[in-house]
Amino acid sequence: MKAPDFDYHRAETLEAALALMAEEDAFALAGGQSLMPMMNLRLTAPEALVDLNAVDGLAGVRIEDQRLTIGAMTRYAALEASGEVAEHAPLVSTALPYIAHPAIRNRGTIGGSCALADPAAEMPALLLALGAEVHLQNVKGARSVAADEFFLGLYETAREDDELVVAIQLPVASKRQRIGFHEITRRHGDYAMAGCAIVATEDLSEVRIAFFAVSDRAVRARAAEAALAGTSGGKAELENAVAALSEIDFAGDMNASTHTKRHLAGVALRRAWAEVMA
Amino acid sequence: MTGPLTIFDKPNSYIGKTVPRPDARRLAEGRGRFVDDKQLPRMVHAAFLRSPYAHAKITKLDASDAATSAGVVAVFTGADLVPHVEPYVGVLTHLAGLRSPPQHPIAVDRVRWQGEPVAMVVATSRAAAEDAAEKIIVDYEELPALTDPEAALAPDAPRLHAEFDSNLAWERTVDVGDVDAAFQLDGVTTVEREFRFGRHTGVTLEARTALAEYDPAEDRLTFHYSGQAPHMMQFIFAKHLGLPEENVRIVAEDVGGSFGIKIHTYGDEVATAAAAKLLKRPVKFVADRNESFVSDIHARDHIIRARMAVTGEGMIAALEFDDITGIGPYSMYPRTSAIEANQVLNLTGAPYEIENYRARARVVFQNKNMMCQYRAVGHPIAMAVCDGLLEDAAAAIGMDPVEMRRRNLMGDDSYPRASAAGMKLDDLSHHKAIVKLTELMGYDALRDDQAKLRDAGVYRGIGFCSMVEVTNPSPMFYGVGGAPIASQDGATVRLDAGGGLQIASSVTEQGQGTNTILAQIAAGVFGVDIDRVRVKTGDTEATPYGGGTWASRGAGIGGEAMLQAAVALKDQVLEVAAAILQSSPDKLDIRDGHVTDLDGAERMSLMDLARTVYYRGNELPPDLKPELIATRHYRVTEFPFVFTNGAMAAHVEVDTETGIVRVLDFWAVEDCGRVLNPLLVDEQIRGGVVQGIGGALFEECLYSEDGQMLNASMADYLVPMAAEMPDIHVAHIETPTKTSVLGAKGAGEAGTGGAPAAVMNAVNDALRPLGASIWQMPMTPERVLKALGVV
Amino acid sequence: MSKMQSVSLTVNGEAVTATVSVRKHLVDFLREDLGLTGSHVGCEHGVCGACTLEVNGAMVRGCLMLAVQADGATVTTVEGLADSGRSDAIRAAFAERNALQCGYCTPGMLASALEYVEAGGTADRDAIRAHLSGNYCRCTGYQSIVEAISDVISGEVDA
Repeated sequence: MKAPDFDYHRAETLEAALALMAEEDAFALAGGQSLMPMMNLRLTAPEALVDLNAVDGLAGVRIEDQRLTIGAMTRYAALEASGEVAEHAPLVSTALPYIAHPAIRNRGTIGGSCALADPAAEMPALLLALGAEVHLQNVKGARSVAADEFFLGLYETAREDDELVVAIQLPVASKRQRIGFHEITRRHGDYAMAGCAIVATEDLSEVRIAFFAVSDRAVRARAAEAALAGTSGGKAELENAVAALSEIDFAGDMNASTHTKRHLAGVALRRAWAEVMA
Repeated sequence: MTGPLTIFDKPNSYIGKTVPRPDARRLAEGRGRFVDDKQLPRMVHAAFLRSPYAHAKITKLDASDAATSAGVVAVFTGADLVPHVEPYVGVLTHLAGLRSPPQHPIAVDRVRWQGEPVAMVVATSRAAAEDAAEKIIVDYEELPALTDPEAALAPDAPRLHAEFDSNLAWERTVDVGDVDAAFQLDGVTTVEREFRFGRHTGVTLEARTALAEYDPAEDRLTFHYSGQAPHMMQFIFAKHLGLPEENVRIVAEDVGGSFGIKIHTYGDEVATAAAAKLLKRPVKFVADRNESFVSDIHARDHIIRARMAVTGEGMIAALEFDDITGIGPYSMYPRTSAIEANQVLNLTGAPYEIENYRARARVVFQNKNMMCQYRAVGHPIAMAVCDGLLEDAAAAIGMDPVEMRRRNLMGDDSYPRASAAGMKLDDLSHHKAIVKLTELMGYDALRDDQAKLRDAGVYRGIGFCSMVEVTNPSPMFYGVGGAPIASQDGATVRLDAGGGLQIASSVTEQGQGTNTILAQIAAGVFGVDIDRVRVKTGDTEATPYGGGTWASRGAGIGGEAMLQAAVALKDQVLEVAAAILQSSPDKLDIRDGHVTDLDGAERMSLMDLARTVYYRGNELPPDLKPELIATRHYRVTEFPFVFTNGAMAAHVEVDTETGIVRVLDFWAVEDCGRVLNPLLVDEQIRGGVVQGIGGALFEECLYSEDGQMLNASMADYLVPMAAEMPDIHVAHIETPTKTSVLGAKGAGEAGTGGAPAAVMNAVNDALRPLGASIWQMPMTPERVLKALGVV
Repeated sequence: MSKMQSVSLTVNGEAVTATVSVRKHLVDFLREDLGLTGSHVGCEHGVCGACTLEVNGAMVRGCLMLAVQADGATVTTVEGLADSGRSDAIRAAFAERNALQCGYCTPGMLASALEYVEAGGTADRDAIRAHLSGNYCRCTGYQSIVEAISDVISGEVDA
């Protein structure tokens, strides 16, 4: 199938891109690895595209004030190759090889994934686990939204139509941060059947757990976090956390019922937790 | 060595040698010649509006907006094509009782599956045609969708076709021996299971593609075809578009995979040809991936209740099953959609000594995409049912599954003979194959490892399949039933003035290496370097008449025809050489491009000989009338099919928490008779095994209850990819078929036919200590978890 | 706003200027407008990998990039990889191992293979398989492809 017709604007500055987003009923084109398939399948038909790929200054990773700032147009391949990401956001480095395939990672961007909010994508869950902030901007100004308040539903976020995700900011990981990541997939690089990302302090006083591919959006599992935080993280506490997953509003799909999703989430949590404790 | 050298051991024979494919080098440079690579002057593009409903009446169809949409050349509805296309009916007389109503290329007033063409737009670009197709207004009155074949057989079920008294398309039973008595014998153990085989499809990477051009001055249709059977399509287009057969030319250059998908009559392709004729300009149609999923034929979709009785000594006392299969709303034309069920009845239990055998198959109309012949037709079902029950029974009586096979497999010295279902068998080697297999895989050590790992909570399983494959079919497969499907193939070998060979064959190349095999045979048998052979296939205007490529017949039938043609040309050339050299043909040979004495001493080059014949005939005796071209045809006569056999084993690990099955290793021992090119045969086997693993673990066309295909994209329909596939170890037994000089049987479908049974048995072997088993394919994580009682 | 735009890019070392429909993806542009039919269209939703080609030094899905986005870019297709000799060893290995049958996946498969080899990938079979996990081949069973790549890395190929 061929994409329906649209107007195409190639923005070269952020200001120009924001102006176009304000004027037009436009979709932002980032890496295009999700938007282009949807257009080619005629599942979506934007009136106009604002291409962000030539916008200066939207890509790149930098450290400031104990925060790791990742430009929205930073491609997954660049994140994978980044020593700063490996050092300051090891969860992201750990998860990246599981995201799709090399050719997709060569184009796909962190901002695009964030703005799309695919419930099965890894990145939104990573951002939840890491306590990230999403930086948004429109012609009127800039604002920042915590990841916890950003992902609102199925492909639904706190972003307004005229806003662009311009950056993602993460707290720099302490050297002793514990992480765990596990996803259950039938084929390498597929969207998962269930996935879990965990960030914890060394003493387990703080634990953040997020799931993907089990609900209509990436979700925090706060009751499970509470079951593990401040404990020794042993088998009994872990099973309490697994039991606490009933807090999640599980959503089945054609390959797994809601009940199966619930089960697989527990498996993913156990396996990710084993990495946390390793 | 005694006696003269044969074509198999002469020094420049290529038969049996590893010869890389010349085509591979060309394709790797990006120099393929696929149909969509071709652009013709005034060419326009077709797109189809397809039914969003599984079953509905079309109450209104308004294409006025579409007709005026930018770039649109024409819009055709089903009714528009009725005067121009004779409807087709997918029945064959030897499948007694098979019925199917006439089918139109585009639905006329009723749609019967989601994806059926409803209108065709022809425009200056594919994008413009799709834009216009969205503007066609169709009102539907939705009708109840019959998706479950069992429900469709209920007496009060709505009927899909008003002219028939039920939704049953065809029924066949086989009843041999005394099955009831055998199940009642003292001391027999009976196992009984319900098997379910999901629908899957071919997913050729190159989608179906058609480019039709029509020359009104000569009333001539040229159809650039991504497919397997050019001469069959020549007949079909001629008959249904009202053209003289000789005025239809089918050209198939490179084909991006076919696997049985590209050998049927598809409405969109017929409509494309009709549009080219009506518009008098070239029309191209390339199915997009979504269209492929909802219109390429699907396969399998069987529900089978089966039972097997075994004696205390592990001998199969009886086998019985009942098969219900859904085929979509029509029987596919011209090969029919009853063949798979027919094959299931023919092939189940065929490797084994079984005296009491009863089976019934019911082929049922339903509102899903059409079902027809895809790689290894019926085989994975037949093998999984029999070998699944066999290993189930072996476990029930505490016998090793290999030992159980040793006791039941037909003896290697017992041929020729017939199977329980009456299949004529010869030249098979089941026992040799399973012995070689267990050696290859290190069976005993694997069992030891399995036991140790089970103690550690790791669930691995080993499963086997002993199988047969139908290859080299005779006219008894299709021709006998009235189908325009040749079982014979032709080959032409011509010596050119430069001393090289031009060869042509009616079998076709889809990547399996047919062209290379043909060149190997011609070069080796005639006596030139393979680099001096040019091969032509896939063009009804330039090749002899024949069946094309299907049922693993290219090498066995097309290859034998090529062998006979090369022998004939050699005889002709030696007659000329004898005259020129004042020798006699029986004292001469051809080697490395030269006429030689029997000891190999060169007498004259083939170029000299050919130039003498072509340019300087004055030097030849006046009564010598040299022919430097020979054509021969070949068909199998003594047997309906030439069966092959094989033994396969899978080693799997089941993650009992996620339900994910990982295939760790796979072994295949195959007897395809004489191996013509090990490099090509081995990768055919491996590719087949991977498709079999796909069917066993990943691939399924999922439908909603109202007949919507839910996963018609490559993101949702899971094909096997590199990371999940095991290394596949291949070995051969060579028992040449006596039906030909070449001795080659087919090898193209064995892997697909046998792997699912081996994988299923391995999964059940892994699950057995947990008291669980699974009999449904694909064995998805959720189904495995359900079998385990986890979810 | 025009639905047509002018682009200038370098394709296989040659400068190309063309006017393209903005909705046309890069593979259709290469195939239909430039006659570079070596890149294949398999699914048009980024899953099968048949259209994988090189843009500005990175292997990407040609169906998930618009032609107009390639303005100013350097594009290398399977034809360019062959003409420059860059794919000589991998092509020789593919032929030797029969790592292609119908050849439809091959241009994309070669691109992914070359990306792996040129990045210094090891001959580890699992790593090769993981890298190829986004390239679908229906014919071979993948093993011969893995072996061909492994051969190139181990220096066992005469190109």
